[in-house]
Amino acid sequence: MKAAIGSGLGREHLTETLLGKAIAGERRALAKLLTAVENGEINRESLGIENHLDDGTIIGLTGAPGVGKSCLIEKLLSQWSSDGLKVAVIAVDPSSPLSGGALLGDRVRMDSADSDLNVFVRSFATRNQPGGLPVTVGLAANLMRNCGYDYVLIETVGAGQAEIRIVSFADRVVLVESPSRGDQIQAEKAGVMELADLIVVNKSDLEGSERAASEISMALEISGNPPPVLLASAKTGAGISDFALQLQNIPVKRGAEVARARERLLSAWDSALLSRGDISEVLNNLACGDESAQEWVEQNLRWFDE
Amino acid sequence: MRIVIAKPGLDGHDRGAKVVARALRDGGHEVIYTGLRRTPEQIVRTVLDEDADLLGLSSLSGAHAFLFPRICELLIEAGCGDVTVFGGGIIPVDERSALFDVGMRAIFGPGTKMQEMNDFVSEVSNRVESGEPVGVGEGGDWVWSGA
Repeated sequence: MKAAIGSGLGREHLTETLLGKAIAGERRALAKLLTAVENGEINRESLGIENHLDDGTIIGLTGAPGVGKSCLIEKLLSQWSSDGLKVAVIAVDPSSPLSGGALLGDRVRMDSADSDLNVFVRSFATRNQPGGLPVTVGLAANLMRNCGYDYVLIETVGAGQAEIRIVSFADRVVLVESPSRGDQIQAEKAGVMELADLIVVNKSDLEGSERAASEISMALEISGNPPPVLLASAKTGAGISDFALQLQNIPVKRGAEVARARERLLSAWDSALLSRGDISEVLNNLACGDESAQEWVEQNLRWFDE
Repeated sequence: MRIVIAKPGLDGHDRGAKVVARALRDGGHEVIYTGLRRTPEQIVRTVLDEDADLLGLSSLSGAHAFLFPRICELLIEAGCGDVTVFGGGIIPVDERSALFDVGMRAIFGPGTKMQEMNDFVSEVSNRVESGEPVGVGEGGDWVWSGA
């Protein structure tokens, strides 16, 4: 792989120069810095940018495969861009657990991605990090905000019910649903639905969408403080402007702070574990059955039993 | 490596491009597919924003003689002269040298084995490591001539 920003002597200077150019709006500089962030070659300290403060501008979109996350994002991009806003997207797709390769295809559904100058789309592979989100996504989003993008949208891999890692990187989380995804009992289950700040039922042009939305609302009302549930159609454009407007004004969801903190901790922990120098050796030993994962944890993490 | 696979022009046949994308994925690379009917400008923009190491162009319509050189030219203009460009599809043998002249490093025709694509990418990677020119704007006369 090409060295993104050089190595050894002069690297700090290179990072600084690139950051200056990226902040001035040079796309290639931002792209190079994102590669370095993704490869773990630079961190927040070496980049020299402040921690992102929760201001509702980094928004995660999650939901099952095929509900229309990419298509809805395209609609948001055109809406916000025509309002004069600059928007960046981090589109995450899975890496193969066997080859390590990935097919990153979210741009196919985003026409603005290669045509609109207010838009910057970057594809990220999960690189097999736990939780379906690479830990570098947080810094990448922060960097994009620092380079003049008013909003950063993070599209997760098509997720099921329990993938909530996105709450550790995004200020707000949108759950995308679609009609005919199961009966009301699905909405009663615990998981990502409880942490979402806003739920949008896409494909409102299809039969059953209103019923799906009202079932979700009813299920969430019982818990108190339910998030707004909207109807929209990426196909016809119905409900998109309302969706875009509400996204800019969603208050932070109360009561989810501990859950968010827990995901942040797990994310940092996973990252620390996987960046151990001897991680390949450990994995190979576990793979050939010399040791069980539980045994390894008990022997190597001393606080485990204390 | 990060590789963009693109379909320039009005050609609507992308089975080949998708098979190549899949083969490179299975070779351990991160492959970004652009979708159909992209202009040279759009393709260069994708390479730029995604910080790709390689760009693969697929054409079956006969428009390669115009589109491929135009893309190479725009890449160099955009400061992406270090990106390796290769092509495939229906490219007559006697039209290939003109494409090598504008900086492309390989042309793959029908019947190419998937392994050969991955061998080519490995060779590019080795050459980058050892500082030999492989980019579209880096000059040198190296082109892929098979494993």
